[in-house]
Amino acid sequence: MSRKAIVAAVVVVVVIAAVWIYRSAQMRAPVPTPAAAKLEIFSWWTTGGEEAGLLKMFDIFREQNPGVEIINATVAGGAGFEAKPALKARMLGGDPPDSFQVHMGRELTDTWVITGFMEALDDLFKQEGWEGVFPPGVLALLKHEGSYYSVPVNIHRSNVLWYNTQVFSANMWTPPATFDEFFALAEKMKAKGIAPLALGDVGIWASVHLFEVVMAGALGPEKYNGLWNGSTSWSGPEVKRALDIMARMLMYVNPDHSALSWDQANALVIQGKAGMTIMGDWVDADNLAKGFKESGWAPPPGTRGTFVALSDTFGLPKKSPHPTQAMAWLKLAGSKAGQEAFNPVKGSICARSDCDPGLFGPYLKTAMQDWARDTIVPSLAHGAAASETWVALINDVITAFVTDRDVAKAQAALAKACVDAKVCK
Amino acid sequence: MRLNSDRALALALLVPSIAATAVFVYGFIGWTVWVSLSRWHGLLPDFTWVGLANYAELFRNPRFHIDVRNTVVFTAFLLGACMSLGLGLALLLDRGVRGESLFRSLFFFPMAISFIVTGVAWRWLLAPGDVATGRITGVNVILARLGLPHLKWYTDHTVLFIQPDGPLGQLLGRLGLEALTGPLFGVPVAMLSIVIAATWQMSGFVMALYLAGLRGFPEELREAARIDGAGEWQIYRYVVLPFLRPITLSALIILGHVSLKIFDLVAAMSKRGPGFATDVPAYFMFETTFHGDRFAQGAAIAIVMLVTVSVLIVPYLAYTMRKETGG
Repeated sequence: MSRKAIVAAVVVVVVIAAVWIYRSAQMRAPVPTPAAAKLEIFSWWTTGGEEAGLLKMFDIFREQNPGVEIINATVAGGAGFEAKPALKARMLGGDPPDSFQVHMGRELTDTWVITGFMEALDDLFKQEGWEGVFPPGVLALLKHEGSYYSVPVNIHRSNVLWYNTQVFSANMWTPPATFDEFFALAEKMKAKGIAPLALGDVGIWASVHLFEVVMAGALGPEKYNGLWNGSTSWSGPEVKRALDIMARMLMYVNPDHSALSWDQANALVIQGKAGMTIMGDWVDADNLAKGFKESGWAPPPGTRGTFVALSDTFGLPKKSPHPTQAMAWLKLAGSKAGQEAFNPVKGSICARSDCDPGLFGPYLKTAMQDWARDTIVPSLAHGAAASETWVALINDVITAFVTDRDVAKAQAALAKACVDAKVCK
Repeated sequence: MRLNSDRALALALLVPSIAATAVFVYGFIGWTVWVSLSRWHGLLPDFTWVGLANYAELFRNPRFHIDVRNTVVFTAFLLGACMSLGLGLALLLDRGVRGESLFRSLFFFPMAISFIVTGVAWRWLLAPGDVATGRITGVNVILARLGLPHLKWYTDHTVLFIQPDGPLGQLLGRLGLEALTGPLFGVPVAMLSIVIAATWQMSGFVMALYLAGLRGFPEELREAARIDGAGEWQIYRYVVLPFLRPITLSALIILGHVSLKIFDLVAAMSKRGPGFATDVPAYFMFETTFHGDRFAQGAAIAIVMLVTVSVLIVPYLAYTMRKETGG
C-alpha cells in the first residue's frame, strides 16, 4: 500500500476519533447551570379514567412542588404490553425516568429489584408510617429481602364475575358460586340463545386472566399461592382440574372472542347478548363510561373470600436524574390525598386502608369491604404472581390452549414453563 | 501494487464505512452468536457457555414449529401474489396505456410507505367489526353490500389442513405421509390478511422491476418472433419471459428475504394472532427477548433467521458477483 493511502486512512481515523472524543467529553462535562427542576414519570396510563387520575395527581404535585416541570412519558397499550419493552430499553441504556409505573409483585422484584436497578425505600416507608396503613398482604408482596422498593398507588381486583342484573332478574338467575352452578347456568343461557361467557382475548392476557381466576377458584388460595413458589405441583390433579374446567368454559364463550377486546366483550354483556364476563374490576369504570347502571358483580366460582389482587406501584430507579423530585412524587403516590384523588377516577381502590369510602361508587365500596377481609392472592396475568419471563411462557401455553383445548399438552407445557422460569426443579 | 492518489482517496473514503460495517454489522452478528450460546436469561448478562442448548430448545418449541409453517405460508402466498400481480401490471402498462405514468406512480406509491403504516391502515380496513354493536367497517362493508358474509380476517383462528379421514388424507396415509395431515402443514386463514397487506405494498415494486426490464426489451426480437409466425401469447411465453428471467430472480430474492424476516407489518396488524395464526419468527424473537427477558433464546431465534435469509441471499450474491467479474 502506498504511503499516501496510509496517511489518508490515518487522517480519516484520527478525525473521526477526535470528533468522537470531543463529543463524549462534552457530554460528560457538568451542565453549567442546573436546569429547572424536572420530574419525569413513565407510565402506560393514556386513556379514560387512568389518564384523568394521573393528571389529577400531577395537579396536586404541582401545588406541593411549584416550579417543577412534569414530563408525562407514556407509552400507550393495555397492561403495559408496549410500555415495558420501551422502559427496558431506557433502563438498560442508562437513561431511566425519575419514576415509573410497575406492577406490584414479581414483575417489580424479578425484573428490577434482584437485578439491582432500584433504590430501597425503607426510610420513606418509615418516615410516612406506611407500614401501618398498607394491609399486610400488600406489604408482603412489596417486600424483597426485608426492604421495600416501590409505593403502591391502587389496588385492582382480578376475580370479578360481571353480569347484567336486568337479564338475570328477568330469567330469575343467580350468579354461580360453584363451577357446577356455572355450567348449569351456562346451559340455560345457551338454550336462550345467549353466549354464556363473554371473552375478548385479542390481547392474549384476557385468556390468561380467565385462567388465573379459574385456577384461584379450582385450587383455593393456599394451593394457588403454592403454584408461584413451586410447592403446588403443576403436574398434579389440581392444575389438571383447572385446565379441564377452563377447556369446558371455552365451549361457552362467544365465537368471535379472538376478534374482541375485553371492553367489547363487556359490551356484549351490557346488551344482553352475553350472560357473564370474568374480568378485572376496571369493568366498573367501563360500565360507568358507557352509562350502564344495571351491572351486577359477584366473585367468580370458587373464589368467594379470595381477592386476586394487582397493583400499580412507583419506584425509584438508582440512576434517577431528579431523585429529590422523584421522592416527592413517591410521597404523594402513597399519601391519602394522592390516592383519594387518583383512585375514584381510575376506578380502583386505594392501597391504603384509610381512604374515605364516601368518595367511591357502589362497586368500589364493596371492593373496599372485600379487600379488608378477604384472603389476598397475587394476579398472574398482571405481574404480581410470576416473573415476566414466566408470564411470557404461560402466555404462549394459553395461546395454544385456547385454540386446541388440549389439556394434557397444556399441563405438560405449564410444568415445563415453571422449570424454565427457574422456580420448579 | 502501487496505488495512485485516486485509489488512495477511494480507500480513505471507504475506511469509515468498512470500519462501521465491521463493528455494527459483523461485530454484532458475532456478539449475537455468542449470546445465543450463553445462558443469558434475565436482564443481567450471564455468558456461561451452554453450547447449542438454546437452539435445541428452540427446535423443540411448538410455537417455533407454528412460526415456520406461517413463514412458509406467508412466503409462498406473497411471492405468488406479488409476482403475478407485478408482472401482470407491468405487461398492461407496457402496452402503452393512456396516463401510464400516473398508473405507474399509483402502483409504485405503496412502496414508499413503511410497513408499520401499511399494517395500521390494513388493520382498520380488514377490521372484523364490532359484534357487540353489529357495526362493521372497512372491507367487510363492501362484502356486506355484495350480500356476502363478512369475514374475521386476521382474527380468524381457522387453520385449513388436510383432514386425516378425508379422501386426500387417506391417500397420504396409505403413502406413509400421514404426518402431512395436521394443522402444522395447514394454511392459517388469518395469515392471508397479512399477505393482502404485504401484496398491496410490494407488488408495485415488482411491477417497476418488470417494467424496467420490458423497456429494455429490443423491439426487433418481437418482430423477429412475429416473422417466425409466433402468436402474441407465444411471444410472451417463449421470448419475453425468458428475457426477463434475471429480473424474476432478483424480485424473488428481494421479496423472499423481506418475507422471511417480516416483523413490523405483523406487529402493527395482528401480533401473534389467535392460536399463533399470524406469529412469525421475528415477532417470537421480539417477545422472547423484550417481554420474556430471555436474551439467549431470542439471540438463537435471530441467528436461525439470519441463516435462513443467508441461504437465500448468499448464493444470489455469489452468482451476481461471478457474473459481474466474469463478464
